[in-house]
Amino acid sequence: MSTTQQIQTTSPIGRRTPRVDGSLKVTGEAQYTSDFHFPGMLYAVPVEATVANGRVLKLDTAAAEKMPGVRAIFHRENIGKIFRSVPEPGFEGICEERRPPFEDDVVRYYGQYLALAVADTFETAKAAADAVRVTYEKEKPNVATELQSDDDPEAVLATSEVILATFGPQNRLESERGDAKAAFADAPIKIDQTYVTPAETHNPIELHATTAMWESPNNLTLYDSTQGVVNLRSVLAQMFGLPEENVRVISKFLGSGFGGKLFPWTHCALAAAAARQLSKPVKLVLSRKMMFQAVGHRARTQQRVQLGAARDGKLVSLQHDYVYDRSMLDYHHEDCGEATAYQYSVPNLRVTFGRAKRNIGATADMRGPGAVPGLYATESAMNELAYELKIDPVKLRVINEPKIDEGLGLPFSSRHLLECFELGTEKFGWSTRTPEVGSMKRNGLTLGWGMAGCSWIAARFLAEASVQLRDDGTARVACATQDIGTGTYTILAQLASQKTGVPLDKVEVALGDTSLPPGPLSGGSMVTGSVAPAVFAAADNAIASLLNIAAMTPGSPFEKRPPTDLAFENGRVFVKVEGAARGVPFADLLRRLNLRVVNGNGRSETTFGNPRPKFSTRSFGCHFVEVTWQPEMARLRVSRVVTVMDGGRIVNPLAGRNQIEGAVVMGIGMALLEHTTYDPQNGAPINSSLADYVMAVNADHPPIEVYFLDFPDKKINEVGARGIGEIGLAGFAAAVTDAVHHATGVRVRELPIKIEDLLV
Amino acid sequence: MHTFEFIRPKDAKAAVATAARAKTAQQGADIRFLGGGTTLIDLMKLNVETPARLIDINRLPLDKIETTPDGGLKIGATVRNSDLAHHPKVQRDYAVLSQAIVSGASTQLRNMATTAGNLLQRTRCVYFRDTAMPCNKRQPGTGCSVITGSNRMLAILGTSEHCIATNPSDMCVAMAVLEATIHVQGPPTRGSRAIPIGDFHLLPGKTPERETVLEPGDLITHVTLPPPVAGSRQVYLKLRDRVSYEFALASAAVMITVAGGRVTRARVALGGVGTRPWRSPEAEAALVGQSVNQANIRKAAEAALRDAKPQSENAFKIELAKRSLTSALQMATA
Ligand SMILES: Cc1cc2nc3c(=O)[nH]c(=O)nc-3n(C[C@H](O)[C@H](O)[C@H](O)COP(=O)(O)OP(=O)(O)OC[C@H]3O[C@@H](n4cnc5c(N)ncnc54)[C@H](O)[C@@H]3O)c2cc1C
Repeated sequence: MSTTQQIQTTSPIGRRTPRVDGSLKVTGEAQYTSDFHFPGMLYAVPVEATVANGRVLKLDTAAAEKMPGVRAIFHRENIGKIFRSVPEPGFEGICEERRPPFEDDVVRYYGQYLALAVADTFETAKAAADAVRVTYEKEKPNVATELQSDDDPEAVLATSEVILATFGPQNRLESERGDAKAAFADAPIKIDQTYVTPAETHNPIELHATTAMWESPNNLTLYDSTQGVVNLRSVLAQMFGLPEENVRVISKFLGSGFGGKLFPWTHCALAAAAARQLSKPVKLVLSRKMMFQAVGHRARTQQRVQLGAARDGKLVSLQHDYVYDRSMLDYHHEDCGEATAYQYSVPNLRVTFGRAKRNIGATADMRGPGAVPGLYATESAMNELAYELKIDPVKLRVINEPKIDEGLGLPFSSRHLLECFELGTEKFGWSTRTPEVGSMKRNGLTLGWGMAGCSWIAARFLAEASVQLRDDGTARVACATQDIGTGTYTILAQLASQKTGVPLDKVEVALGDTSLPPGPLSGGSMVTGSVAPAVFAAADNAIASLLNIAAMTPGSPFEKRPPTDLAFENGRVFVKVEGAARGVPFADLLRRLNLRVVNGNGRSETTFGNPRPKFSTRSFGCHFVEVTWQPEMARLRVSRVVTVMDGGRIVNPLAGRNQIEGAVVMGIGMALLEHTTYDPQNGAPINSSLADYVMAVNADHPPIEVYFLDFPDKKINEVGARGIGEIGLAGFAAAVTDAVHHATGVRVRELPIKIEDLLV
Repeated sequence: MHTFEFIRPKDAKAAVATAARAKTAQQGADIRFLGGGTTLIDLMKLNVETPARLIDINRLPLDKIETTPDGGLKIGATVRNSDLAHHPKVQRDYAVLSQAIVSGASTQLRNMATTAGNLLQRTRCVYFRDTAMPCNKRQPGTGCSVITGSNRMLAILGTSEHCIATNPSDMCVAMAVLEATIHVQGPPTRGSRAIPIGDFHLLPGKTPERETVLEPGDLITHVTLPPPVAGSRQVYLKLRDRVSYEFALASAAVMITVAGGRVTRARVALGGVGTRPWRSPEAEAALVGQSVNQANIRKAAEAALRDAKPQSENAFKIELAKRSLTSALQMATA
């Protein structure tokens, strides 16, 4: 394979490494948040609003309060003070639903928490919550699926208004170059279509769980199923008016999150407030139904894409105008235009967005936020253009491959999308595709082949880490990031092993606790790239310290040599000129000097949101998809997938493949199954169970081939690793819809593709 | 979930006597038999069912599959769906039943679910399952939320203006073509009865809360199947959004005998589209005596769906049901 740069490796980085925490998980020893129990612990169950728009007139708690075993029914009057939080420097203090729970008596979405029952057992708390009677003044909720921006985008654009979003201000004119409208008007070939993606709900199997306890009136500890312990700490410290160091957040193992656990939700504050009021630990685990209500979901989007092209396929104009919905109070920005400005070379481009308020819970990041719905739309439009032009869709993309990021006007740190296409085409056998609809058959089934490209941001968050070398030959690496199931424990062990020469099974990894050096959110596919330099720096510092000690401590075999004469490799300290073979294992050295440990700390700065970057850093990839179609029984199946990823250096190919496969399966769900439906009458997310919210299951999982190009991106970090947690989902649905068109002749522009769309 | 009393009766008679004190055997029953619990406990957690007493029948001797003297099959009320589906005689002689059961739910659920429980499983209408919503089936007279709501999954056959809830069972659709008989032991006043499956489930009409002919105390003890029909071929075909673990959008059970190129006997039922397991005498009549070809099969499917009444989101189910039936018939006659 000429296009694949094979990195032969004997080092821990790049080696297929089974999870270091795998046995803990399969034996049930791994402690997930709801597995923690504490003496005297009480259980809390929220009372959920059963209207989506209105006001609470009366909250009758009398019956519930009388139940034996009930400790309290908390509501607006007795929950105590809960403050508002704001974003803080360093990407902290972030959450989507800013309104502190119970702040007023207005109901803005179905499932909003109105009260909290706390009891000795979960069952009693649930019965008590059910016994609270709420009287409402109801108004008709607005959950309309047709999205029109609440304001006129063009009017706003004229004033170049900047709007507030969760991560900071956003420009309504997201990107512009040339004169897209004029170029579109003059273009010989035009595509002008609107694509719709539905609300989708994160459905990690582990429910959101929180246990709060106050060690003293000023010290809060929270066990929480969070993708960001450090950020949760900063939000809670603000909400309870505490110094940050008085709040400790612990999250040892997560049953995944998909972004739903990225930022804190109001139940965390409720558990903490209840624990404060009762001076007891309080545990709160959401129900599956609640997972659809007050803990975020992917916004619905409606995206108009206008492409203008020359007859040879060269793009002359690209306009991407999108609207998404959001809750009544919140600021989540679904950045569908994230990838639009740099994916293709096009001289005239314009990206704008609008927003529509609805009586729904806060929208939030979900795997590949923004770019996933965005690329579905733009890649679909590219496929439609290819069909219109009778050009192969791969070729159309090659024709429009940019030399630089034309949005930022910067070179890419590393972009190998063309090699992705080349390898994917070869592995899939794309060259045998005949473009006519319904023209390909196998075993009596009609085949459809489709493809799409994809990309995802690559950046680093601020990260600190510590590395410790110990006299028994083991090492410890610590960072307050967390493993949401993606394999972060293993990655940290690999990174530390690489530098210290300590074998993987002798590296202890400590994560998921704010008492450790602050680490990044498990979001944006940025953990690996962010922690790598911090761990390396920490290891370097530990080694430097070791060499100093070796040179300076009486009794050391290296005493009186300048530290600069010494070196460290594969766990041994040696004199440079004598070579590693004559070195001393660091454990021997520490024991001789009666030292238990040497420590090193490391830090790497953030590059996320850097106002003056030198490079455009992104990951790229492509998907090739085959579907089978049996019109006689309206049966459509995804039957084969080839995915190629240019995600920088892959630190653990096993876990990496696992991420891409998982994303592809989620992509099948996005294309064919997943959608959250709001009841038009009372605004409830009505399919709020795992039986009714249909996601891909094992039987939907076709053979999936995953290839990594493995080009290290040294502009990102010394390892060359970008992230791969999200990109596998991007573009996938567009490849499916094109395959479906190829098989059936039907262009579906609203996801998911349903059986009824194809029954023509 | 409300507090309830859990009773383990010593025999069927005691179970019936306790249950006979219930006000109703239908929606709102204050006393319920407990089979596998996969429907009942689920609905109790949602407060849709709030019985004060549960009578656990799992230890009664109702868990056998036996051949009847006439060569048919007797299936105990507590026989697990998995055991029934994988029974060699069922796989051989009543293949449609085996196929229907394994197409439903998941292995774990089928391992728990019982024959009687499956006959009595409740609709999956999401409005029925949410006590915050008006629902005539759950709370008679409150109105129907789904006719004006999200009704893609709901029924197109046998609906009324009060209720359009689908009967979700796959097993029952197969039992309809097999012409199963449900055996019930009631209190002394009523005694034991044998109810043909076609008479067992009721249409919603004005009383959607009444789903079957069962009265307080009626315990299903077993189900019998007539002797296998020599030379018949059977197929269950289920169509749905995902490959597995989902209720039917439309399904078809067929049992057909062909001699000399002509259909001599046909039994046809549809699932996922009716307010009860939907036997189609219309399709059967259209098939019998006709030669087997595409046109005649399509005619039978047209006949089966002639009276279908779609809702705002599920008109497609008419065509889908037709395709499931034609495909099933084609597979059975190929
Ligand atoms: C997630 C999920 C997916 C599912 N998917 C499917 C599917 O695809 N297809 C399908 O067909 N089904 C499906 N099911 C439904 C499943 O088949 C039923 O829940 C099951 O068959 C019920 O049997 P049970 O023994 O558990 O009933 P139970 O819950 O024990 O009882 C159900 C009812 O029957 C009554 N009852 C039980 N035994 C007797 C008796 N002997 N006499 C009188 N009354 C009795 C009970 O009182 C109760 O009212 C699914 C269920 C779930 C939860």
